[in-house]
Amino acid sequence: MRRSAARRSLAVLVTGVLAVSVAACGGGAQPGGPDGGSSGGGGEATAWALTGGSESVFRSSFERWNGANPDAQISSEWFANDAYKEKIRTAVGSGNAPTLIFSWAGGTLADYVANDSVVDLSEDAAPLLDRILPSVASNGSVVDPSGGEGWYAVPNNQSQPVLLYFNQELFDQAGVSVPTTYDELLDAVEKLSAQGVTPIALAGQSKWPELMYIQYLTDRIGGPEVFQRIVNGEPDAWSDPAVLEALTKIQELVDAGAFGDSFGSVAADAGADTALVHTGKAAMVLQGSWVYPDFLNNAPEFVESGKLGFANFPAVEGGQGDPANIVGNPANFWSVSASASPEAQKTAVDYLVEETYSDEAVDEFLSVGAVPPLIGLEDKIAEADDDSGYLSFVYNTVKVAPHFQLSWDQALPADQAQALLDNLSQVFLKQISPEQFVDAMNATLG
Amino acid sequence: MSTTSLTSRPGASVRPAAGRPARRARRRGPSTWLAAPALAFFALFALVPLLGVVVLSFMSWDGLGTPQWAGTENWSAVVADPVARNAFVLSVKVTVFSWLIQAPLSLLLGVFMAGRQRYRAVLSVLFFLPLLFSAAAVGIAFKSLLDPNFGVGSALGVDWLAKDWLGDPSLALGVVLFVIAWCFVPFHSLLYQAGVRQIPVSMYEAARLDGAGTVQQFFHITLPQLKYTIITSSTLMIVGSLTYFDLIFVLTGGGPGNATRILPLDMYLRGFRSYDMGTASVVAVFLVVLGLAISLGLNRLSGANRMDSQMEGA
Repeated sequence: MRRSAARRSLAVLVTGVLAVSVAACGGGAQPGGPDGGSSGGGGEATAWALTGGSESVFRSSFERWNGANPDAQISSEWFANDAYKEKIRTAVGSGNAPTLIFSWAGGTLADYVANDSVVDLSEDAAPLLDRILPSVASNGSVVDPSGGEGWYAVPNNQSQPVLLYFNQELFDQAGVSVPTTYDELLDAVEKLSAQGVTPIALAGQSKWPELMYIQYLTDRIGGPEVFQRIVNGEPDAWSDPAVLEALTKIQELVDAGAFGDSFGSVAADAGADTALVHTGKAAMVLQGSWVYPDFLNNAPEFVESGKLGFANFPAVEGGQGDPANIVGNPANFWSVSASASPEAQKTAVDYLVEETYSDEAVDEFLSVGAVPPLIGLEDKIAEADDDSGYLSFVYNTVKVAPHFQLSWDQALPADQAQALLDNLSQVFLKQISPEQFVDAMNATLG
Repeated sequence: MSTTSLTSRPGASVRPAAGRPARRARRRGPSTWLAAPALAFFALFALVPLLGVVVLSFMSWDGLGTPQWAGTENWSAVVADPVARNAFVLSVKVTVFSWLIQAPLSLLLGVFMAGRQRYRAVLSVLFFLPLLFSAAAVGIAFKSLLDPNFGVGSALGVDWLAKDWLGDPSLALGVVLFVIAWCFVPFHSLLYQAGVRQIPVSMYEAARLDGAGTVQQFFHITLPQLKYTIITSSTLMIVGSLTYFDLIFVLTGGGPGNATRILPLDMYLRGFRSYDMGTASVVAVFLVVLGLAISLGLNRLSGANRMDSQMEGA
């Protein structure tokens, strides 16, 4: 008797708790405050951005803005790359996004647009967009839910083409000249191996640096259309012969010892791959231009003495792609959250137009070795450039490139991107064949 | 048999006076309401989210927008996915090998540390050190130490140590098992040490009088007396193996390839890298069911319902 009474009262209690918690969940799912939580009222906006890279430029840009606009402050929070990627999408999905959303455009931006999470900047940001190289700016343009096209993101930092960096000293020792074709690259690999150095440093543990090989080889062999068909989700788009040939060449490089025998435990986030090059343990590294500031910071004497060389990725004989094409990140982008208050949105847009590529910001970008994707910047760059001519090289490479392919893991929807990274790493480890890769990736389409 | 009768219920005969109030208290029973706060928290922070995950496993959701009903699609997708199957096999491997490595090691260490010889206290402190470090710190430290280019192997010029420990698919799982053991053996040897110290000294004295050597004492007194400690420790190890996440995430991130992508990591990568909350929830539900089944099974096997206290008066 007593037991059953106790049970009944417990049941009532548990039900009550359930009801309360369910109600709480319901409340939590509402898009929090008018501007998504952390910022106060008025025109205050919030921004989340990445540490490292151009962090110092962003920080002083925010400081300048806040100093000049006491009524429209922007508060910023800073995150490491991987942690940020995982946090931001959850925040956007739950209506708690910062006013300014830092992104890579691509598949994620398309998801935001489809979900009405970001606002159309076509009109407000027009003065800014007009100053930016079209091949870079076009990445912020997305087909919106109504079927029209809008600009939902604007570039906010430097162009990040993927370049082949090399150690000139090791090249000289091995009697190798800068490879301009794939066959010359294979030849260089052989000669460098014979000298006892790792020909190419590859951060295989991070997986994403491996993307750069399939991106460049596919582009050089089959042109940008091959990947466009994949992004469009056409059935069996991965079966293109260019993809198969690219994968075969990757395994050919692995077999030739191009990446040494321990690339699986080299991590890019710690800069281990670039460290291998400036310590003379490896001769080359294929990386985004964001590693140049790392070279400058970690090995200034190596860069200043002219031992650091750089070149565009070699051509592939008989390939259909233009050897001037580049892959990488055209830039990073700012979007403005749709769940922010109208005042906060206005602050954010004003900041974008006035401050993103202000004269001060451009000078600061150039001083840390980063090249903003602006039209008509030649003179300024020539002025800021050092003996190596690195800044001019990057600027011209971006300017003349017929096509600038966004990194595939950013261009594709998240689930396909993750499958791509997993399967590609298995190709590098020779756990699967190019054909198995193609089958696995075709399964992710549609 | 004789040993169990010695220790099974001494309270009843040794302290008859204590029996009466204890029995009266038991008849009345502590009010069920005393458990209410704990139950409320359990419901709020365990049952409600669990229900949410079960519901989510039947939906398709990418973290943005509203979840769409997907029926059993996620379940059939996970069952058919070779990556998930690989994760399951790896989880079983990690569980079995973790137990095989850790259980004997921590048993022996625990027995050793329970002794009273000189310097054992100092050694024990050294053994316990790994217990003080967070899994993330341990992961980062081992990752740096094992780096083939800049790690301890190349620094000391020891060739066999400069292997591609975490980058070679055939080595990585073994290294992960080693680091897990390094982290958790101290905790389990602490359990065993406590267990050994509960064994009445009189039993060893009696055994010595009967002419039993150290090895015989170990197998005929220590080991049987530690039965319940072994069960407790093994349950923690096995159920813990199913949920290892942070250490492996920091050490390898599931790589190289999918060589260390165990179930919890698979769940995380599906949920927060592929943003496929549906299939991630399927893996989560599977983990919960597996964990419950194993821990219930262990309890049943070990006769936990008959697991009476060995302590006087407790």
